[in-house]
Amino acid sequence: MIHDLAVIGGGPAGVAGALTAALAGLRVVLLDGGPRLGGQYFRHAHGAEPEPRFARQSHALRQRAEVLLKHQVWAVSREDDAFTVHAHGTARAEVRARRVLIATGAHDRPLPFPGWDLPGVLTAGGAQALLKGERVPAGRRIAVAGTGPFLLPVAAGLARAGAEVAGVFEASGGLGLARHPVMALGKAGEAAGYAWALAARRVPYRRNHAVIAAHGEHELRAVTVARLDRDWNVLGTEELECDALAVGYGFVPQIELAVQLGCLTRQDADGTPVVDVDARQRTSVPGVWAAGEPTGVGGWELSETEGRIAGLALAGAGEVPGLLLRRRARLRAFAAALQGAYPVRPGWQSWLTPDTLICRCEEVPLARVREAQELGATDARSIKLLARPGMGWCQGRMCGYALACLAGEPQQPPRRPIAQPISLGALAEPPQKEH
Amino acid sequence: MSDVIVIGAGVVGAACAYYAARAGLDVTVVDRGPVASGTTGSGEGNVLVSDKEPGPELDLALLSNRLWRELAEHGGFEFEAKGGLVVAETAGVLRQLTELAAKQGVEHTAVPGEALGGYEPHLAPGLAGGVHYPQDAQVQPMLAAARLIKLGADSYGHGTLHLRTGVTVTGFLRSGERVNGVRTSHGDILGGAVVNAAGTWGGEVAALAGVHLPVLPRRGFILVTEPLREPLIRHKVYTAAYVTNVASDAEGLETSAVVEGTPAGPVLIGASRERVGFDRTTSVPVLSRLAAQAVELFPALREVRAIRAYCGFRPYCPDHLPVIGEDPRAPGLYHACGHEGAGIGLAPATGYLLAQLLAGQRPGLDLHPFRPDRFTREENG
Amino acid sequence: MERFDISVDGRAVPAEPGQTIGAALHAAGVRSWRSTRFGGRPRGLFCGIGVCFDCLVEVNGRPAERACQLEARPGDEVSTS
Repeated sequence: MIHDLAVIGGGPAGVAGALTAALAGLRVVLLDGGPRLGGQYFRHAHGAEPEPRFARQSHALRQRAEVLLKHQVWAVSREDDAFTVHAHGTARAEVRARRVLIATGAHDRPLPFPGWDLPGVLTAGGAQALLKGERVPAGRRIAVAGTGPFLLPVAAGLARAGAEVAGVFEASGGLGLARHPVMALGKAGEAAGYAWALAARRVPYRRNHAVIAAHGEHELRAVTVARLDRDWNVLGTEELECDALAVGYGFVPQIELAVQLGCLTRQDADGTPVVDVDARQRTSVPGVWAAGEPTGVGGWELSETEGRIAGLALAGAGEVPGLLLRRRARLRAFAAALQGAYPVRPGWQSWLTPDTLICRCEEVPLARVREAQELGATDARSIKLLARPGMGWCQGRMCGYALACLAGEPQQPPRRPIAQPISLGALAEPPQKEH
Repeated sequence: MSDVIVIGAGVVGAACAYYAARAGLDVTVVDRGPVASGTTGSGEGNVLVSDKEPGPELDLALLSNRLWRELAEHGGFEFEAKGGLVVAETAGVLRQLTELAAKQGVEHTAVPGEALGGYEPHLAPGLAGGVHYPQDAQVQPMLAAARLIKLGADSYGHGTLHLRTGVTVTGFLRSGERVNGVRTSHGDILGGAVVNAAGTWGGEVAALAGVHLPVLPRRGFILVTEPLREPLIRHKVYTAAYVTNVASDAEGLETSAVVEGTPAGPVLIGASRERVGFDRTTSVPVLSRLAAQAVELFPALREVRAIRAYCGFRPYCPDHLPVIGEDPRAPGLYHACGHEGAGIGLAPATGYLLAQLLAGQRPGLDLHPFRPDRFTREENG
Repeated sequence: MERFDISVDGRAVPAEPGQTIGAALHAAGVRSWRSTRFGGRPRGLFCGIGVCFDCLVEVNGRPAERACQLEARPGDEVSTS
């Protein structure tokens, strides 16, 4: 059977896109690697209800479309008249569809620093997932660090869950809590809520500060907090005891499936490679559409809006309502402003020592990266070929941004012909089920 | 002005530069990209004598094998003298394998089916037997290429060997008929001789000098598994079909199982061959076939996960031999390209012999079979 | 379904229905469960969403499962290294 549309990703963009298209009469199948719909924004624990709006959409979607959870998509290929989505759940599965909507979200963008691989150091999104999806705070006394508006809900959530938040360390200096950008989006209430949650528990919020080292033998015991200049060079340091650190410097859109299909990419405002789409969310490859973070990081509301626009356009519903287009324009402008307000500054490279791991998987320290550069590796790819950063399990998802910075180039679109690990046995055998 | 300009900082260019510097020549290496960023960067690092028919390529491979061992003593890159094991599914194929081995005159041991387990404990049962080639080896090609250039620069006087990355050759300079330099994106570079070590792009470089070289891309995919804690596979293991595929001229897809472990932990799985131009689109059927053949050979790989795959483009010439030597159609231009899937293995000998030519010596091997003007009009298209 | 136990190197660790192995371990104060193959460095949860592969762990004899993705089931045997 050939579906009209396969949607990859069950977050706000994917669910909105799938539901909109299904409501318009398309035969839709949605695949997601997780056990529940929600993606990162609407992640919720087993047995818990997600946010009501998303819950209603998910419920409606399940009535009208096939939803395949726990299906990790490792490749999408294009045949003459259709696409095959290659997934792996309990067995290898293939889904055929005339069109594809890529709504694969984003993951945290970490920066390396000495000790960042100690257990107890988590990405901000990781700490959030652990709390929202599993009801487990990352530690008892937690530092939150990095840059961007996402640090606030992470810190507030941890504080509300009873963890002691030892401090929020925002590396950028531009905006205080009172002028925090979530205010600008008519979300003063939301921001005030975070601020209240933090203030009520006397959580320090420090701008121009970062965690530049993590300490401990087998687990995190303390971090070095540094006061930074505007380029993130260190002005002074102090040690802070904590058993967990949630750290993140923005997000990396997951675009490898679009790259596999040959979709053109562009650089977002901060240089990140994103999928290039037109006003109707179409990519450069006929039949392939993209919505949400893969087209540029912008939050759940923009993702949902893009998903709805894609769904309408996919269903051939004539003109997309101006209301949606205007909302998308406003949210995109806001996202661009946020990227401008929280740039990653180059001084972070001065936090590194020669033995600081850049690639966690292959355990490649900075010294080996520099050595490869001296040998004539002038870009991230050739550094990878000589010194192996990015060749391991995560395929450069964790170190890709840092490595590009160290190579002095913008991050390149990821080439990952196998987007998710798959056993050779499963890869060898024809799919056991077809949807 | 350099004595020699080498176009291409892949493993072949690196070897040419190293041996030319060692011969006392001033060398400039230019590459439009970084070091080892073409086919060298997609190679498995084969240093094989086992897969060559007796003849000029095998002679080149044997010389190269010896030179790789010498070079590896300088350190700085992985070189594993692991040996190769070619296996046969049937008695008939085994007979062909042992006959080939006898003709090659290369050090080898015929291995009966029941003794295969002593070489590779995880091989599938029921194979007819195989041939063990102790000289087969594997090298980390990217690091080896980069190290060779550095070694040449360090060992033979600073300034003798220059590497210039990000420099694209756009044309050739001539003095009369003779090529005496290259025109590049970063200005003209004069040199006594120019070496075309542009691999799969060697035909394009030759065309800039107005000469035709029929070098075509032959795509190959490699599957990379998760790193294994304990080595599962000791040798480079491949099936007899690999030898036939290497020598075939088919445009369509051919695959054979080539499986080996690496010091870093992952198992590398090849090999596919198809002539589809420079298309990088992932082919799921090819990856599936590679996986199936590997699992058939090593059932223990069934549960092991593939975590990456990549493709590269072998520089293929119609007669499967590389092009090594001065081009009589463009005096001063030397070619060292078109090594198909054997470029890593054949690089040192290529560089060594070419350096002899450049230094005005008689090369240690007859280069006539590799001459640039050997292709017929038809092959020249 | 009630809370249940999984076994971690023979020791009982409680888990909640639907909880991942990684979350159950973390909640029980077990925060590192593998050591890296070159430097022997301890590793546990990092990205929490299945992309970093740092939390790999052996479950019921299957090596290299992502602890942050795999739901715990009663009787699961987890081996740390």
